[in-house]
Amino acid sequence: MWVRSALAYRASFLMMAFGNFAANALDFVAIMLMFSRIDALGGFSLPEVAFLYGTSGVSLGLADLLLGSIEGLGRRVRDGTLDVLLLRPAPVFAQVAADRFALRRLGRLTQALLVLGWSLPRLPVDWTVGRVLMVPLMAVCGAAIFAAVFTAGAAFQFWAQDAAEVQNSFTYGGNAMLQYPPTVFAKELVRGVTFLVPLAFVNWLPALRLLGRPDPLGLPGWVDFLGPVVAALMCTGAGLAWRLGLRAYRSTGS
Amino acid sequence: MWYIAVAAGSFRRYATYRIATVAGVFTNTVFGFIVAFTYIALWDERPHLGGYDQAQALAFVWTGQALLATTGLMGGGGLDELQERIRTGDIAVDLYRPADLQLWWLAADLGRAGLQLIGRGVVPMAVGALAFPLALPGDAPTWGGFLLSVLLGVLVSFTLRYLVALASFWLLDGAGLALISGLACMFFSGMLLPLRVFPGALGEVAQLLPWAAILQVPADVLVGARSGGAVLGGLVFQAAWAVALLALGRLVQSAATRKVVVHGG
Repeated sequence: MWVRSALAYRASFLMMAFGNFAANALDFVAIMLMFSRIDALGGFSLPEVAFLYGTSGVSLGLADLLLGSIEGLGRRVRDGTLDVLLLRPAPVFAQVAADRFALRRLGRLTQALLVLGWSLPRLPVDWTVGRVLMVPLMAVCGAAIFAAVFTAGAAFQFWAQDAAEVQNSFTYGGNAMLQYPPTVFAKELVRGVTFLVPLAFVNWLPALRLLGRPDPLGLPGWVDFLGPVVAALMCTGAGLAWRLGLRAYRSTGS
Repeated sequence: MWYIAVAAGSFRRYATYRIATVAGVFTNTVFGFIVAFTYIALWDERPHLGGYDQAQALAFVWTGQALLATTGLMGGGGLDELQERIRTGDIAVDLYRPADLQLWWLAADLGRAGLQLIGRGVVPMAVGALAFPLALPGDAPTWGGFLLSVLLGVLVSFTLRYLVALASFWLLDGAGLALISGLACMFFSGMLLPLRVFPGALGEVAQLLPWAAILQVPADVLVGARSGGAVLGGLVFQAAWAVALLALGRLVQSAATRKVVVHGG
């Protein structure tokens, strides 16, 4: 339904889809402008940065496509329209996720895929079957991790209804960070996104393994393969947070 | 007097969004850290890139985060409400008011910007200054010039967002245009990368476009990339765009209001 309604204003839809595509493309344009002045950033070449950019973008793009609407939850809690969803015989989570489903979000995913595709043949990697399979596995685990962050952020809005932006710091902010090599950032920050909010498992750790580089924290090698475990744990945690939040929900009564 | 009341009302209205403001400050600070580290890596590689030293580049980053909400760099900033009123037709009511549409929304936007500057500008800047060595001026005149430049930047930003909102009279749903305009603003204001770092002709052209008045000029005044006569030159550049775009807004407004047909019932 939301797909059809979006298509009703065709000029606007086309502009939205292009805008979404361009919004992310501009980030990459900024990176390319940087590389017009330098050869390496934090010791990483343009294809390597593009690989980080692409993998993080694909993961976020997938999570955003499925769950991006969930950030509108705060508004629904505030104005009481969440009640309507509680009455319907379908899981609230699914309803909120499908709420205002926006096809234009494909723009982000497409753009990230293009950059990823551009980077792959330019990487100094000796491709084996295992290494090739690692890329889609990264994308799926990364998407699950971002999806967990989206869900946890939405659950938080049951209590702090106006704080949707905090969630952006972790999703879009996390994505902005993962686009750059970990060597760029201070150790404390890298520790934060490894142990506190384990976004480093979206692409940093597996990508470092693939590119044959040491990770700046000097973790044991097997940690690089923990992506699926971390993703599963995070999704479980986010699911619990969501239930807790939903149980704590008190309608506005309006 | 009317308009001062509107501005004050808008200031108070945004002051009530306390949790949203705190959330916004948090987000600006997080992004500030991320961009600051990438700039350190960039300036390590190429010192004096674009004529900035590292401390100036870092001050530029945090100025951008501090002004993001104030100058409505990402679009919106209350004018999405005007856009919505045009789409739903509520605009007809506004046109009956004994106040000028453009000045009314300008006053509201200035009130909003004032609150955002205090609410979302000061804290990220302070955190940035604590965490990184920033090239911030120690003298009052430079800060004064910066604030004046910010005011002009908000004016230019308003005129652009106003034009986008008015386009809804023709487009019906203007969300797509608003998004694209927001992107142009992000890119050509210097928010993604200072315009002086842009290579060659792209950088020169970008510095002449109206978006440069929104962030690049105020930030240059603050970090000392403009001093003396160049400060004045920057302010004149901003003022010229503000006047030109305000006039264009007038023209479009009169064309748009002639178009309004109010259905009865």
